[in-house]
Amino acid sequence: MSKLVITDLHVTVDTEDGPKEILKGVTLTIKEGETHAIMGPNGSGKSTLAYSIAGHPKYTITGGSVTLDGQDVLSLSVDERARAGLFLAMQYPVEVPGVSVSNFLRTAKTAIDGEAPKLRTWVKDVNGALERLNLDPSFGTRSVNEGFSGGEKKRHEIAQLELLDPKVAVLDETDSGLDIDALKIVSEGVNRFREREGKGVLLITHYTRILRYIEPDYVHVFVDGKVAESGGKELADQLEAEGYDRYLKAAQV
Amino acid sequence: MTVTTDSVRSALEQGPEHGKVESHLHPAGSFDVADHEVPTGREEIWRFTPLKRLKGLHADAEFMRSATSCTWNTPEGVRIEGVSGDEARSLRGLSGLVPNTRWAARVLAEVPSTLLIDVPADTEVSEPIVVDLDGEDVAVTEAGHVAMRFGAHSKAIVVLNHTGSSTIAAVVEIAVGDGADVTVVSLQDWADDAVHLSHHQARVGRDATYKHAAISFGGDLVRMDANVTYDGPGGSAELLGLYFADAGQHIEHRIFADHTAPRTKSHAVYKGALQGEKAHTVWVGNVLIRKVAEGIETYEENRNLVLTDGCQADSIPNLEIETGEIEGAGHASATARFDDEQLFYLQSRGVSEQEAQRLVVHGFFNDLIRQVGVPSIEDRLLTTVEAELAKNVLKGLGSLAAFGSDD
Ligand SMILES: Nc1ncnc2c1ncn2[C@@H]1O[C@H](COP(=O)(O)OP(=O)(O)OP(=O)(O)O)[C@@H](O)[C@H]1O
Ligand SMILES: [Mg+2]
Repeated sequence: MSKLVITDLHVTVDTEDGPKEILKGVTLTIKEGETHAIMGPNGSGKSTLAYSIAGHPKYTITGGSVTLDGQDVLSLSVDERARAGLFLAMQYPVEVPGVSVSNFLRTAKTAIDGEAPKLRTWVKDVNGALERLNLDPSFGTRSVNEGFSGGEKKRHEIAQLELLDPKVAVLDETDSGLDIDALKIVSEGVNRFREREGKGVLLITHYTRILRYIEPDYVHVFVDGKVAESGGKELADQLEAEGYDRYLKAAQV
Repeated sequence: MTVTTDSVRSALEQGPEHGKVESHLHPAGSFDVADHEVPTGREEIWRFTPLKRLKGLHADAEFMRSATSCTWNTPEGVRIEGVSGDEARSLRGLSGLVPNTRWAARVLAEVPSTLLIDVPADTEVSEPIVVDLDGEDVAVTEAGHVAMRFGAHSKAIVVLNHTGSSTIAAVVEIAVGDGADVTVVSLQDWADDAVHLSHHQARVGRDATYKHAAISFGGDLVRMDANVTYDGPGGSAELLGLYFADAGQHIEHRIFADHTAPRTKSHAVYKGALQGEKAHTVWVGNVLIRKVAEGIETYEENRNLVLTDGCQADSIPNLEIETGEIEGAGHASATARFDDEQLFYLQSRGVSEQEAQRLVVHGFFNDLIRQVGVPSIEDRLLTTVEAELAKNVLKGLGSLAAFGSDD
């Protein structure tokens, strides 16, 4: 059973002119087996929501709560959140020079499981995951994200999703920068994850095109730091046709 | 690596040409000790070095009977022995070195013997020549001279392995014959109280390949000048450095690639980590491209990773170009703390903060360790980096099981 509950979340970032509120009361519940899409214009706070859930030090939580299966997520450190079952596929994955992908994956898997993976099956699992995401096995010896193309970085994120097997995955614009083939490969990866028992997905995106491959159960329109409207997948079609103008005007009032 | 902390002075802000002292790059050398004054510490080449802690090595400390044992292996085809008298004298200046410090002039003039490593022309030495220098008494101030002569088209690796406690001034002269392929590794794995002042001077022959790796972990004060000149066109020098300074340690590395011939190359990469109160590192990278040195290529880089508060890393690249006809010249210098984004990324995958820091530090050094290219040294360096990390970063970290060498 996995359930991520976000209640009235308020988040600020520090700026030169003092703290600036980015999230202005986000409330969202993702139950097991559900996929929620969050769509919203640039700068509306989507990545802020993703990073805040993951615990990025840049963001300050000023109100509200986040729980995973009843456990207070916000009191956990970044790595504890991951070990509790949260995963964030980042919009801009970070390069870590000199640390090989295979060493990184093994270290992460060991940390999350609390024990080192069995060598023989692990090598097979890693190679399988890389292959399914159309990444050459030679990626294992390359430094994490260093010199990866934009699309390779995103596919590497989804390979990690498959291997680390969290309870809830937050995918921040995993579709951006992908060509159509890569988009399909990434979507298939996410769908394989969704087929597993009891997984939740929070899919942040700009565009509706990924929703053709990953069908959401719910769509939320995110504007100015909060959810402006929620609905089923038909809401995505409406957004495709009309854009965000209506919501932006409403937010300005 | 973007942050430059307040405790860190980076020379980049000054620009490469600022603060250039003519006499620094063109020191007036002399074999006559009387021509060199005792340094006061205000001189450009001494301004970072805490002279008080040198126990007089820079001045007139007596060069006593050595308390540092010196042993070595002798692979086939190589002559290694301590020589004295005329033969020792004939080896002084083998590298083209004309001393520009009082201490180096004293070493050449006063030290009675020389350790000669002689590799004949066309000899390919199958295993590394390892010279172990193990200090037994830090109260003994002493000096040594090493001469390495590599014949034309020879191929060899020499490792100078410094351990124990010494107070020692050493001049190492290296002559790399035409077309030879030579690696010299100097490992400063001293005990905490050692004082080590050294000058490595290499002359690189026509079309020869020279790699020098300076690796400094231990010692109270370690200062090494690693210099190179070229005997003819086509020579290539790779100057590598890796250092790890703990609380109170002063580790200073200076390089000088003096492009004295056309179409020569120099490539320098020095990387250091600092941890603990008053850990101080200095890197000064001098490159001079003389008028004759057309078509050369040079790149030098120094990166420092500051692991705790209270450390200081000084980093000064200094590139002087006297001809416009060059292939390429560049430098980079950066000093930074842990990159928060890297740590966040690793932690977001479940890896603890300490484990993440350790991955980042290993990653920082990994490429360089591989570039040293001596397998027996590689393993030892990985272990030493790990041991250094255990002092601060990994304090209290229980399981190290997840980290292994790369598959
Ligand atoms: N350090 C900062 N100082 C000022 N404003 C900031 C800072 N960091 C983030 N912001 C602002 O927070 C807002 C939300 O940013 P966020 O990255 O969450 O948006 P987003 O919805 O993910 O946008 P995109 O679609 O472009 O990815 C933006 O207006 C951004 O400029
Ligand atoms: Mg974003």
